[in-house]
Amino acid sequence: MAAEARARRLALRPGLALPALAFLLMLGAIIAAEPRVASYFGLTVLLGFAMPAIFAALAQMAVIAAGDIDLGIGPFLSLVNCIAATWLTDRPAAGLAALAGLVALYAAMGALIHARALPAIVVTLGASFVWLGLAILVLPTPGGAAPAWLAAVAAWRPPLLPLPLLVGLLAGAAAEWLLMRGAYGVVLRGIGGNPRAVARGGWSLLRARMSLYAAAGLAGVLGGLALTGLDTSGDATVGGQYTLVSIAAVIVGGGEFTGGVVSPAGAVLGAFIMLLTGSLLSFLDVSTDWQLSAQGGILILVLAARALRRRGRA
Amino acid sequence: MNPQPAEAFARLEGVAKSFGAVRALAGVDLAVPPGRMLGLVGHNGAGKSTLMQILAGALAPDRGSIRIAGRDETRGWDVRRAHGLGVRCVFQELSLCPNLTVAENARIMHPALSGWGWRRRARALMRAALDALFPGHGIDPDRQVGSLPVGQRQMVETARAFSETDTAVRLVILDEPTSSLDAAAAANLLAYTERARARGIACVFISHRLHEILGHADEVVVLRDGQVASASPAAGLSEAALVERMGEVRGEEEPGATAATSRSGARRLSRPARASLGERFGIDVRAGEVVGLSGLAGHGQREFLLAAFAAAGHGGRAAHGEGAVAVHGSAAHVSGDRQNDGIFPLWSIGRNTTIGLIRRLARAGILPLRAEAALAARWREALSIRAPDIETPILSLSGGNQQKVLVARAFATEADLILFDDPLRGVDVGTKRELYHHVRAAAAAGRAFLWYTTENAELVHCDRVYVFARGVVTDQIPRAELTEERVIRASFATPADLSRHGG
Amino acid sequence: MMRWAERRPWVWSFLAAGLVWALTSASVGGQGAFASLAVALEFATFAVIVGLGQMLVITAGPGNIDLSIPGVMTLAAYLATGLAKGTDGGLAAGLAAGLAVGLAAGLFNLLLIQGLAIPPMVGTLAAGFIFQSMAIAYSRHSHAKPAPALVGFVNAHLLGLPLVTLVFVGVSALVAQMLRRTVFGRSLLAIGQNRRAARLAGLAVGATVGLVYVLAGLCSALAGILLAANSGGAALNMGSDYLLSSIAVVVLGGTAIAGGQAVPAGLWGAAALLDLIVTMLNVLHVGAGLRYVVTGLIIIAVLALARGRAP
Repeated sequence: MAAEARARRLALRPGLALPALAFLLMLGAIIAAEPRVASYFGLTVLLGFAMPAIFAALAQMAVIAAGDIDLGIGPFLSLVNCIAATWLTDRPAAGLAALAGLVALYAAMGALIHARALPAIVVTLGASFVWLGLAILVLPTPGGAAPAWLAAVAAWRPPLLPLPLLVGLLAGAAAEWLLMRGAYGVVLRGIGGNPRAVARGGWSLLRARMSLYAAAGLAGVLGGLALTGLDTSGDATVGGQYTLVSIAAVIVGGGEFTGGVVSPAGAVLGAFIMLLTGSLLSFLDVSTDWQLSAQGGILILVLAARALRRRGRA
Repeated sequence: MNPQPAEAFARLEGVAKSFGAVRALAGVDLAVPPGRMLGLVGHNGAGKSTLMQILAGALAPDRGSIRIAGRDETRGWDVRRAHGLGVRCVFQELSLCPNLTVAENARIMHPALSGWGWRRRARALMRAALDALFPGHGIDPDRQVGSLPVGQRQMVETARAFSETDTAVRLVILDEPTSSLDAAAAANLLAYTERARARGIACVFISHRLHEILGHADEVVVLRDGQVASASPAAGLSEAALVERMGEVRGEEEPGATAATSRSGARRLSRPARASLGERFGIDVRAGEVVGLSGLAGHGQREFLLAAFAAAGHGGRAAHGEGAVAVHGSAAHVSGDRQNDGIFPLWSIGRNTTIGLIRRLARAGILPLRAEAALAARWREALSIRAPDIETPILSLSGGNQQKVLVARAFATEADLILFDDPLRGVDVGTKRELYHHVRAAAAAGRAFLWYTTENAELVHCDRVYVFARGVVTDQIPRAELTEERVIRASFATPADLSRHGG
Repeated sequence: MMRWAERRPWVWSFLAAGLVWALTSASVGGQGAFASLAVALEFATFAVIVGLGQMLVITAGPGNIDLSIPGVMTLAAYLATGLAKGTDGGLAAGLAAGLAVGLAAGLFNLLLIQGLAIPPMVGTLAAGFIFQSMAIAYSRHSHAKPAPALVGFVNAHLLGLPLVTLVFVGVSALVAQMLRRTVFGRSLLAIGQNRRAARLAGLAVGATVGLVYVLAGLCSALAGILLAANSGGAALNMGSDYLLSSIAVVVLGGTAIAGGQAVPAGLWGAAALLDLIVTMLNVLHVGAGLRYVVTGLIIIAVLALARGRAP
């Protein structure tokens, strides 16, 4: 009875099976082309750069849960990367304070969008230039060095599971627990579904939106740190691609742009899928020039399939 | 018979509220004693929902005081405070998050549902509440609300309002709680309110179904134009008496001069009766006729108007098959929901008037601005829209004059058939009377009108009335036979009733 | 004065641009003030061209936005220069190919938005990345210089002002008239204010919005082609700044971000303002980083203030 109820609850989660299947299929295809990947070391290398994508996707998911979209998350990762490769190494206290300040800025951005009823798309696009500019100010030319501890963490080889899979599991579980299981997470998702109903429950919509944006900022900082650990240096333009990747990951993972329908586990799977898209192309001998096409194309295909299914049902 | 207890649980005094130029409430007094049910009736726009939103803390009054359990709560009265004192409200438009489960929606209302195991407690809470109100409901607390049919959603919201965690429920406001429930569920709910009253819980009950009010309320308050028209014990009241107090019979409105146009004009719209739905009446509108649509709100009248508009060549393909609407000639649509379906808020009166006919005015896609302005000025004159000139921004006009602009827009298109979607909702009496006159004149000149109204008093201006219930036409009433009772009876008819009484 | 300005929302951007210009000129003792204005206007022209397209899209109402601009610009620029092969003989073929990219991009966006019901911001974003990667792939084979005739055109001056600028001032005026007195323009403004009411008034909503996206694609392509001619050839990052500036000139120029009101004249004031700010920061020897920060902050601030005035 209880097991049956639990199974039903899991099955009710919007389309988690589909991204999981897609991830396994893609992984299978790559292993078929290159069997050496199917090892602890092979998976670590193959999936390494999924870590920043996972955090970027979770950040994007928090913003999409509020019914908004974040066009600045990519440059934000760059900014964190530049701060981590300079201040965090030279003056750790100042670096940490700066990163905490960035999270606060994200929350403030959420507050501004809510209080003035601004279109998030334009505000975050404007913010993307602020992040990019600050990144250039912090580190005008690529360089710097990651703090030793950060590089060590990124190079850590945990027992059993390769690091990227472990990070995906932990980050996904934490986000699931906070947003999907937690009591306040329900309120946060509620504002994407029916803000008036949440307000009539006596909750502050401003506080809820600020919480989601702060969570996005925090995930963005973690993503930037992961990027720094992997690259071991800083570059003000390195994060640009993560804007599209993060949006696509959320959608491929079963999220919707409206209505507060999101899935943290799906977003993590989506991040892996978007990363593997690039790998799959190179294994298939397709020029990486087409990587953007492939990522944009997958996003369009998933959305188109959903639109057609909706139409079929109607 | 029912002596008023000395201390009401909730007492509103002199409550007033305006939205822009529209006065929704003009000083209302209301007392809700514990353990009693107050029935609240009135026409659309009488101020019922506004009053209840104020009582529930969702809306702040402009003036007046709110006393709860003997204490003045006017300052700082909001939803959270109301919940803390046990005041709950089931709003007319459902207040559930469709992306959350039934149990998660309980969490939205109960701050106490948090910490370890809150999910288990929320699930148990909702299951118990649903079991108590609607035995055999068959709703899984883990189902997403968006995947439930609307009737079950209403059950969930109602059950949630009666559920208790850390604060006791003292007053529950039910705004049209039975509108999407089937008969069995509605009966369950009403029976439960009797038990709740026995436990000292007060209820405010709003419904268009007057027999439900009369059958269950202890006291009935009638609202009319934002004021209390009457307040008296339910016992001894009849539906007819209530209808009269709601302001149904307006002696000054003599039936129109369109009389007996005889159904000889060119056919403008037709829809055959749909036998498979048990429908016995087709719909037929001819040039020169004013045809009314009635029935409870949300029973398919609006959809029918939109289908007719689509069939006239606007807004895409018209449906085929049984019950397809056929429209001969052009059609124009006027909505009573000015904000959402009518006005272009950034524009002047002139541009708002002519937008419907720009394609006919234009030569090779270019608009002759001077001719356009002359036309707009003519229509402003014709409908006596009170504004200095056609350059006046539409938002600076009163609601009634804004509505006149929308009617002018429809008339200016010279459409053969004009579709009215309750256009005079919330419009002042003077403007209404002017517009009735214009409708009659336009019909006499050969136009056809299909007029959905939620105010039964307006039906006297129609040559013929079709009553809708659950999307089906349940009666066709010529003006000579039009009575309030017949309209109400047809509004609650089901296809089964039709076949029983049919023939 | 305030009421007069309220009816002319473009005034503010011109005032601000004039102020920045005066400040900059004063700080260098008035030297080369007019030359710097002419240069600013020349660069402003490209932002105005993409801004015209973006303005029409945004005017179509909430949710409408074109994020494919950089991709379309880049692809159109590469194809146009690639097919022209640096000769005037190939110019016609190059122009045709470049504009065909714009047309195809508009139609593709339209397919995503109206055919597949994908939200415009995501549909155009994804489409833009596809165009961008096509440009990347194409750039491997082509490093042509722009056709000399086109280079001559974009560098020509009349009365001390760039010829392109004058041409597109004319185009802006035409767009303003189109919005005022054509069925298409009037329908677009109505749809942007209230889509449901527009449908119930019998307007051709789908066709009007569709045309807007096609026009936006053409504007992006044209801007890309002219920009490539202006800067000696196409480059893969040539469009990246124009996504934000296309939206910035619309917002700063007084066009309603919620739709239904378009102010073509304001695009010029706003574009000049943005370029003059860059000039000023350059004069003050401020680096690229601060320029980006200032640009981003100005857009957010103006958006927040403008929203406050609107009802």
